[in-house]
Amino acid sequence: MDSALKLKDICMVFSSSGGGPGTSVTALENVNLDFQPEEFIVALGASGCGKTTLLNLLAGFLQPTSGSITLHDNPVIGPGMDRGVVFQKHALFPWLNVIENIAFGLKLQGIDEKKRYAVAEANLNLVGLADFRTHPIYQLSGGMQQRVGLARALTCDPEILLMDEPLGALDAFTRETMQELILKVWKETRKIVFFITHSVEEALFMATKLIVMSPRPGRITHEYDLQFGERFLEDGNARQIKSDPDFIKVREEILSIIHGEEVDELEVQIR
Amino acid sequence: MSLLNFFQNDKEINDPFGAPGTGNSAFISSVTIIVILFSWWLATELELVRPLFLPSPGMVFAKFIKVSCFNHYWETLLLMIGSASEVASECEGFSENPLHQHILWSLYRVFTSFFLAVVTAIPIGIAMGMSRYARGVFDPPLEFYRPIPPLAYLPLTIIWFGIGDSGKIFLIFLACFAPMAISARAGVRSCSIEQIHAAYSMGASRAQVIWHVVLKAAMPEILTGIRIAIAFGWTTLVAAEMVAAKAGIGVMVLNAARFLATDIVFLGIIVIGLIALFFDALMRWAERILVPWKGYV
Repeated sequence: MDSALKLKDICMVFSSSGGGPGTSVTALENVNLDFQPEEFIVALGASGCGKTTLLNLLAGFLQPTSGSITLHDNPVIGPGMDRGVVFQKHALFPWLNVIENIAFGLKLQGIDEKKRYAVAEANLNLVGLADFRTHPIYQLSGGMQQRVGLARALTCDPEILLMDEPLGALDAFTRETMQELILKVWKETRKIVFFITHSVEEALFMATKLIVMSPRPGRITHEYDLQFGERFLEDGNARQIKSDPDFIKVREEILSIIHGEEVDELEVQIR
Repeated sequence: MSLLNFFQNDKEINDPFGAPGTGNSAFISSVTIIVILFSWWLATELELVRPLFLPSPGMVFAKFIKVSCFNHYWETLLLMIGSASEVASECEGFSENPLHQHILWSLYRVFTSFFLAVVTAIPIGIAMGMSRYARGVFDPPLEFYRPIPPLAYLPLTIIWFGIGDSGKIFLIFLACFAPMAISARAGVRSCSIEQIHAAYSMGASRAQVIWHVVLKAAMPEILTGIRIAIAFGWTTLVAAEMVAAKAGIGVMVLNAARFLATDIVFLGIIVIGLIALFFDALMRWAERILVPWKGYV
């Protein structure tokens, strides 16, 4: 299959303004990644492993120090509507209500109100917030705000959905509901999803492809092809999947990888 | 319900435990105002202080009736609707003008300056927030003049603009300018980088990001700046009217002080205070309408 989005030998070095030796940080080193159509890619790793830098590169908010990012063979040079972003903190506009927030991108394109509200409405239904159409967003709970954020990102009909720890700030119950919602939205819209998380269980549950990253320098150390999310979409029992022996086996394997790295790191620091 | 109960039960049920300063304070404020007025009245009634230093509320009110030419206008009104045959009372006023003339002159000066400041300070403040060039240009003069009391450069405005109204307006303008420019500059920083990134990801141009995101997010701070600025305007009014003004609340107060007419000084102070309070209330109301999201993120 043709890959839609392709990262080739990406290196990202942040140099501090001092410019002296030892002041630059290698956030990513030799990252290669292909995004196939309909893939749900989850990036998992400890803080500082370059997950968010990777997302910012994909979104076009950053340019790599070296290497190339191409979307259908066109280089990515900046943010654009073909890549929708959902942020950790909702990043909605409090001066607009729910439906206006969702229709914002279409308004910028000069699409008339009736048409843009029709699209926004459809996405509002998709995330299950039809009753909150005209609510001010600051009156919504964190989970609802993230649903609005998701609906907003979908409204410009991007090919790729970039999600930067979208569930990180939610409580455990809301989080599980949102995981299921995002999987359903993914199935319905067939977008490529790039999803960042700290939670191993969340990563395993959702990913079709899981990349485990490790810090200093940030790089991809392991890749897994998974289908727990697709199994959920078929039979719909999330808890059963998450307590499945296969699931637990992979979970413990990944946890020991990440834990092992932390122990190595600690030993380096102690020495 | 006893008064003690009032103070204990007035907390909102939804207030989190230990949250400082919650609950409605309107009743307490009313009590404060009544206590102050009553003490004022009592001190003068018992003749604890000579009227030269502290005129009684009644004296101030009588001066209000006299200076505002209340009787004269009332009788004029009655004449117009045909229930009186003549206007018996003279319009005395103070400093050759009735009270409303003084008020109108002061309003004219404060609001001309204020609107000039709105149309200059807010764009300049926004430019300072948006561009390092604008910040580099405007920051030194702004930060230099801002802490200087208007009274210090009052002589300069007279030398430059003469004794007409333009000097007075310039003085009040300077007082309003700094708080508005600084809050507009700070307001530009109110939106999060995620909000800006989100807009770009939805295909926004730079101009659209500025208009639809940066300026909208700056609105609460800009309105706060406007509120502070208008209070500064009233603060500077008396200084501006110190030199060669014929009418104005500030003139009224200064002339009254010259003749030791303490009751008129009180009247002037109360009038300025009430007008400023009124416009502050108006601004608060405008804030609730225009930026209901203020304080939430």
